[in-house]
Amino acid sequence: MEKTNLVMQTTLLAGAILLENGAEIARVEDTMQRITTNAGYPDAQIFVLLTGITVALPAVPASQVRAIHRRGMDLEKVDQVNTLSRKFAAHTLTLSEFSAALTRVNQAVPTFPFSWLLLASLVVSVTLMVAFTGHASPANLITCALAGGIGFSAFDRLNHHSPLRFLSEFVGAFLIGLVTLAGHYLGLPDYHADAIIIGAIMPLVPGVAITNAVRDTMTGNLLSGPARAIEAILSASAIGLGIALTSFFY
Amino acid sequence: MGHWLVTTGLLQTLLAYLATAGFGVLLNIPRRAVNLSGWVGAAGWLTYEVLFQLLPTTVDIKLAIGNLVAAVVIGVASGLAARYKQMPMIIFNIPSLVPLVPGGQAYRVVRNLVTGHPQLATHYLSQVVIIAGVIAIGFLIAEFCNHLFLHFSH
Repeated sequence: MEKTNLVMQTTLLAGAILLENGAEIARVEDTMQRITTNAGYPDAQIFVLLTGITVALPAVPASQVRAIHRRGMDLEKVDQVNTLSRKFAAHTLTLSEFSAALTRVNQAVPTFPFSWLLLASLVVSVTLMVAFTGHASPANLITCALAGGIGFSAFDRLNHHSPLRFLSEFVGAFLIGLVTLAGHYLGLPDYHADAIIIGAIMPLVPGVAITNAVRDTMTGNLLSGPARAIEAILSASAIGLGIALTSFFY
Repeated sequence: MGHWLVTTGLLQTLLAYLATAGFGVLLNIPRRAVNLSGWVGAAGWLTYEVLFQLLPTTVDIKLAIGNLVAAVVIGVASGLAARYKQMPMIIFNIPSLVPLVPGGQAYRVVRNLVTGHPQLATHYLSQVVIIAGVIAIGFLIAEFCNHLFLHFSH
């Protein structure tokens, strides 16, 4: 009984870390199935939804559930779970060591310092503005860097404190709109507000979420795929509304 | 075409490399994967740009074919990178998609709806559907190619 409990707890934790940090449903199911198989339960039943995971071991009359409340993107955690799962498969880790290591991954992994994130958001904004629109005048570059940096920092800071991702996205987009509007009223030469906005919102927009929604639906996850699509539509609406509020003043 | 490649093509490749590496940092990918993931993204975007220049069709078909082939390139390159670095594929293919995914279009749909341009909104919505669908299909094809490689290399 002790062992079956530990197997289920470990499998659920691995699945939860993957699902909360950006993995597709098929990958979560696959990794969890490998873990139960390597732990000696090849016939375990695993049911993954976007908002919760269930594991059942038919050998014993037991099943366990874990709810997933928040989803974000942290690929370092996905990588660490993958590495640990490989080690467990190769028998260099015991089940209890594996479980302890997963708990550590869930609590603390190396992250980039905020200055790096800020620099990365500037780079993403400016490079994609030039790549998409070809507008590279100094006024555009500087305003885009400012707007992208401010928008992303506001989003990132708020997202740490508020449980509502959409609110953070709305505020980030609204600030981007304000900075761009300010540049417009300064009367800078060769200024393209549309190009600046398209670049500056790139760190925020739910492009990957939309694509993952289609991918999950295609692999037969007919509940989780559309659920992801709803999440992406809400994000796009929050960002679109944030920008639209400022666009009436041009 | 040759002239385009050494001027615009080279610049676009560099921009896509920087954008992908930057987006990788935002998604907190492991540090030793940032550089390689940037090049995977650059390869995908260069494929898309070249096809966009060469194809003699309407914009929607260019978008569809360009994104499809670019997604296959990204999928296959991520598969190779993942095996080389012993990391999951998702670390390379998610950041690499950033220049391609229809995030900008999704925002334009909402913005045009709010500001009273429903026709433009429908136009961008159709682009969102085309691009997202085609990228998903491209990844399926790439997965199939990766299985074939694995099958023949053993």
